[in-house]
Amino acid sequence: MRRKAWLFNMDKKKTFVEDIDRSIYDIRNEDRYSYKSDKGLTRDIIIEISKQKNEPKWMLDFRLKSLETYENTALPTWGPNLDDLDMDNIVTYVKPDTEMKGTWEEIPSEIKDTFVKLGIPKAEHEYLAGVGAQYDSEVVYHSIKEELVKQGVIYSDMESAIRDYEDIVKEYFMKLVPPNDHKFVALHGAVWSGGSFVYVPEGVEVDIPLQSYFRSNSPGAGQFEHTLIIVEKGAKLHFIEGCSAPKYSVTNLHAGCVELYVKEDATLRYSTIENWSRNMMNLNTKRAVVDKNGSIEWISGSFGSKVSMLYPMSILKGEGARSEFTSITFAGKGQILDTGTKVVHSAPYTSSTINTKSISKGGGQAIYRGSVTVTPNAHHSKSTISCESLMMDDISVSDTIPVLDIMNDEVEIGHEAKIGKISDDTIFYLMSRGISEEEAKAMIVRGFAEPIAKELPLEYAVEMNNLIKLELEGSIG
Amino acid sequence: MNNELIKIIDLYTSTTENKEILSGLNLTVNKGEVHVIMGPNGAGKSTLMNAIMGHPRYEVTAGRIEFEGEDITELKTDERARKGIFLSFQTPEEVPGITVEGMLKGARFAATGEPVRSIRFRKEMKEKLDILQFDESYATRYLNVGFSGGEKKKNEVFQMMMLNPKLAILDEIDSGLDVDAIRSVANGINNYMDEDKSLLIITHSNKLLDYVKPDFVHILMDGRIVKTGDASVAKEIIDNGFMEYKEVVDL
Ligand SMILES: Nc1ncnc2c1ncn2[C@@H]1O[C@H](COP(=O)(O)OP(=O)(O)OP(=O)(O)O)[C@@H](O)[C@H]1O
Ligand SMILES: [Mg+2]
Repeated sequence: MRRKAWLFNMDKKKTFVEDIDRSIYDIRNEDRYSYKSDKGLTRDIIIEISKQKNEPKWMLDFRLKSLETYENTALPTWGPNLDDLDMDNIVTYVKPDTEMKGTWEEIPSEIKDTFVKLGIPKAEHEYLAGVGAQYDSEVVYHSIKEELVKQGVIYSDMESAIRDYEDIVKEYFMKLVPPNDHKFVALHGAVWSGGSFVYVPEGVEVDIPLQSYFRSNSPGAGQFEHTLIIVEKGAKLHFIEGCSAPKYSVTNLHAGCVELYVKEDATLRYSTIENWSRNMMNLNTKRAVVDKNGSIEWISGSFGSKVSMLYPMSILKGEGARSEFTSITFAGKGQILDTGTKVVHSAPYTSSTINTKSISKGGGQAIYRGSVTVTPNAHHSKSTISCESLMMDDISVSDTIPVLDIMNDEVEIGHEAKIGKISDDTIFYLMSRGISEEEAKAMIVRGFAEPIAKELPLEYAVEMNNLIKLELEGSIG
Repeated sequence: MNNELIKIIDLYTSTTENKEILSGLNLTVNKGEVHVIMGPNGAGKSTLMNAIMGHPRYEVTAGRIEFEGEDITELKTDERARKGIFLSFQTPEEVPGITVEGMLKGARFAATGEPVRSIRFRKEMKEKLDILQFDESYATRYLNVGFSGGEKKKNEVFQMMMLNPKLAILDEIDSGLDVDAIRSVANGINNYMDEDKSLLIITHSNKLLDYVKPDFVHILMDGRIVKTGDASVAKEIIDNGFMEYKEVVDL
């Protein structure tokens, strides 16, 4: 299996990373930019963003239409409270003080150093086939291995894609996630900026992952990157997405959008580790549509943020299409992480597996919210759902809100939910071996997260374990 | 030189629900000795072992525990373990996602403060596993997850051998083991033992005692040691039960 090969590749190197320091994520660079829009959201601001980007008219029209939709759409009536988000105080576009470059040397040292500390150039050198790095609203670096280019693989920033592959972008852009879907995708449609575009032609198997990293630096700003991936018939891709931001006292907003098109017999693995600072409102939308016998595999780690609402969706459109969703969420003090997934089985013989884990600590709230829909024609479909929550103390909150909408009798659905507090007896057992209480708890949590870590390339699994450790120590402000 | 390893002095414990379980228990184990504790179900044997190990659920309300002359009654469980006390659990916990090897390395690191060398550590594990006739694959499995009852017991002895404590407390290590497993476990225990180490064994049978010879056998009833003798006491209990002592206690 492909996954095994990846892991094997990673294992060979035997990387041993010492504990990472939270300060890496907290590097606050001076808020330097070549252009920054005014706070708030107006027609003029959007016209100016479009002008800054030198966009074709259809895109400007699209933005303005989305703005109208945004204005006419109410906030969701469910989920976490979003009162802390005041759009009049959010700066929607911050253009970094550099053009996009093809080598790290050309990037201003402050920005480059941030990515170096986050390990991006090193990862690129050691185990990635291509890298995109976004700083605030624009991508500052993009690369792809020559071999892939020769095979016809495209990996570029979205802005270049509109210029260079206008027809493809026009055909797919926000078709899967239309702006009228909910208020924050409408917002995204109006002010989106940056992100990555990937096109894998028929039959091409990209064995080494591509990675885009989104870094938000500017206080009080929004980040609205758009990721569009098309994996053609029989092709394969592993895409990794990373996000982080330093901490500020003002509210930041992240409302990205990810659209994934998985064609017949194609496989896409989409791995994410989001690691936001505690002032971030993370209202992100991700969706995949899968054709006949195709397969989408989501691996998702949600850390940080003040509030997160994230429910990646898989639409299994073709017969035999599959989706696998594996996620871990960690909610610490003062955080509400409302995450989950949606699956729509809309063809026969489709199957989905949902495997989520959440950890809550110090009064944090981790909510699983998910839905599985089976349409009347999707006979012989299968879905297995397993949600597990681990609470570290009595003041933390965990909840599971699953919705099943099954419109066909010939289906197999399995659902299992386990919510529990960390066991004193297990802690005692490990302590009786000489392990400190703190490390015993960390071990139990690490073990709890292991099924997720196993799915990640080693370096990312190490990063995830370190994030868990930092969260447990409460060293993240 | 004082040869006392552990000394339990007039110990009273109660559960968090204020139920008194140990009521003035005294017990001293010297270095190099093998002690056996027998007693009817519910007498407080596991409670005593948990109290020695410092389980927060068993509160010591009076008395104290000394280890190598130091009062450890207030120490946390991990500190006691690092001083050289090991408890083999009557019902070992399952810890998903953490391998036996991973836990042991964590324990070794906690004990020595030095990074654990993987290759050497594996070799060491293999030696112990061979003595126990325990397949190497168990070391890479998640701690006790899906282990059979007997395998869990073997795994406890394996951990004991790897951690090499001064005092090993074995709570019903022999229950649920088949005849061959008893022999393997006994080999492991005998391999671990030397004249500076001590064993405190809780058992309901003489299966293990055929291989591991006790110096003292104590009978624990109603939260106290009601009789201490040599190996013959164990035989007598196994033949006649605890009836005789019940009467003593009732007086
Ligand atoms: N946490 C607890 N809360 C209430 N009662 C407890 C608790 N733990 C133990 N007990 C009670 O204390 C008594 C002693 O229990 P303990 O487990 O020490 O017995 P034991 O001698 O080991 O018995 P066995 O031979 O069956 O293993 C029992 O009556 C038991 O029910
Ligand atoms: Mg017992």
